[in-house]
Amino acid sequence: MAKAKSRRHSVVDTVVLQPLDWVDERTAAVRGTKWFLFRNVPRDSAWAQTLGSATLTAFIVQAVTGVILAMYYEPSSRIDPVSGKPVAYTSIEHITNDLTLGWLVRGMHRWGASVFVILLFLHMGRVFLYGAYKYPRELSWLTGVLLLVTGMLLGFTGYLLPWDQTAYWATVVGINLNATAPFLGPWLAQFLASGYEITGDALPKWYSLHMLVLPGAVIGLIFVHVYLVTRLGVSSPPWSSERAGRERPAAQPAGARAGLVRGSGGGD
Amino acid sequence: MSDTGHDNPHVPGPSLWPIGFAIGIALLLLGLVLSSWIISAVGLVLVIVFGILWARDVTREVRGEVPEIEPETRAVAEEPAPPTAAAPAAPAPLPTYSRSRFLEATTIGIGAAIGAIVTVPVLGFTVLPSFTNLDETDADLGPIENFPKDTFVIATYLAQPEQGEVSRRTSFIRYNGLVENPASGGRLEPSFTILYSRCVHLGCPVQPNGPIDEQATKELDNGVVLRPVLAQSFGCPCHGGLYNSEGNRQAGPPVRSMDRQEYYIREGRLVLGPNFAVGNVSGTGADAKIARYPWSQPGTHVDGVEAWLYPIVPSQVID
Repeated sequence: MAKAKSRRHSVVDTVVLQPLDWVDERTAAVRGTKWFLFRNVPRDSAWAQTLGSATLTAFIVQAVTGVILAMYYEPSSRIDPVSGKPVAYTSIEHITNDLTLGWLVRGMHRWGASVFVILLFLHMGRVFLYGAYKYPRELSWLTGVLLLVTGMLLGFTGYLLPWDQTAYWATVVGINLNATAPFLGPWLAQFLASGYEITGDALPKWYSLHMLVLPGAVIGLIFVHVYLVTRLGVSSPPWSSERAGRERPAAQPAGARAGLVRGSGGGD
Repeated sequence: MSDTGHDNPHVPGPSLWPIGFAIGIALLLLGLVLSSWIISAVGLVLVIVFGILWARDVTREVRGEVPEIEPETRAVAEEPAPPTAAAPAAPAPLPTYSRSRFLEATTIGIGAAIGAIVTVPVLGFTVLPSFTNLDETDADLGPIENFPKDTFVIATYLAQPEQGEVSRRTSFIRYNGLVENPASGGRLEPSFTILYSRCVHLGCPVQPNGPIDEQATKELDNGVVLRPVLAQSFGCPCHGGLYNSEGNRQAGPPVRSMDRQEYYIREGRLVLGPNFAVGNVSGTGADAKIARYPWSQPGTHVDGVEAWLYPIVPSQVID
């Protein structure tokens, strides 16, 4: 029995642990994963603190379904000679009506967009009401605000893509709302419309913004945001007996904390 | 300490010529890309000149001329030694940051220059096409007999035929009859009131408030559709803007009067030109006095205090 157990151990060593050692020695990936996932959280964390990861999940659903939709969507305002409708709208009809389960994936993306934005607001509300934006988590709040803005822009740019009457005129109104901003508003609007009015160049431009520029920005911001959450920890609710923040450290010479002053190690 | 000699591999002396050589290569390639023989020739000359200089530098030792290299002097840094001098007896290490700081600065500087050279044209391509070469072709709406006197006609046309239906625009056009034009010596000329259909609140499609005479619809060869309508006012379905028959705001949120368009009569045909913004219109029809401004996006004020918020609009700079 003992022999069998030790044999199993040696198999585990060979197949699992040694390869993980090998990887970790070169990348620190295993320790990094443990640092990221195996954290202490306040004892009275509850469902409210899951809104952030729910928002992340909604974004991942949007990213995956968006990538799949991009395989079939065509951002062209030209009239399709067969259907007599614009190519973009025809491709949306094709996705919805002809392709197997296309209706489902498009529906997930279309309704998931609303879910994503709603969760963004709920998550922000939770953080605000719990005071979780206070020291030392100010930058988590700031990156979260940027995520809210880019998330809303994703909704704004995605709305044009079906290229139907609702999409077109809602976007006209949205662009002209931007035009009313003082000084640079008219310039911003003309950039978004790609001309005096929405032109054929606007649709691929908005498609590019919607599926390349803004998701890239959101993914980058999510990495910063989640890194900060991991580094600073989840805050406990206001009614908790546990401490949510930390004491501000004793004053040090300017630059000492960042390790910029000779003779100081920096850090905590 | 004894075998430090082995740590000194043979390296050629420092030389600045490779930089000129590299600039020459870059110019040569740029000239080839742009098909500019002048740039290529300048690049080629630089490549040859600096190549020879570089080769001379590198082969100097082989040729027996060993250059005199001045000993590198290092300025003593101005910052004092750290106050925590634990062992004051030990000689303070010489602060020799000037060279590494120089390299740091040049690396950042050259990196920034390369970044700018790559970024600026790309940024230009991102932004400028929305503001340049926007010439919309003049829309030919056919003979002026298509337009009955004192009745609005809904005209739809392609502002940029090569763009297709996406450039279809709508204007409301009323023929005011022949009037004396003082500008051309009192000659009788046809007068038109041309209101552009986009609401100057936020750009929705304004509708004429009256029945359309579908029987009298005319379709021209160039995609123009003309439909007479009995309307003395125009309303916007989005947010309730209301305009009178001269395009002045009667109710709702619009911030100015309806945009208008220039027009020309060419060989008896009505041709629409560029749009312009209108502050207010007094009088009617051929006698209307129109406060004209450079075209700007819907929602932007062209007169009054609020116009100070939009001192320069794109159509003032381009065109």
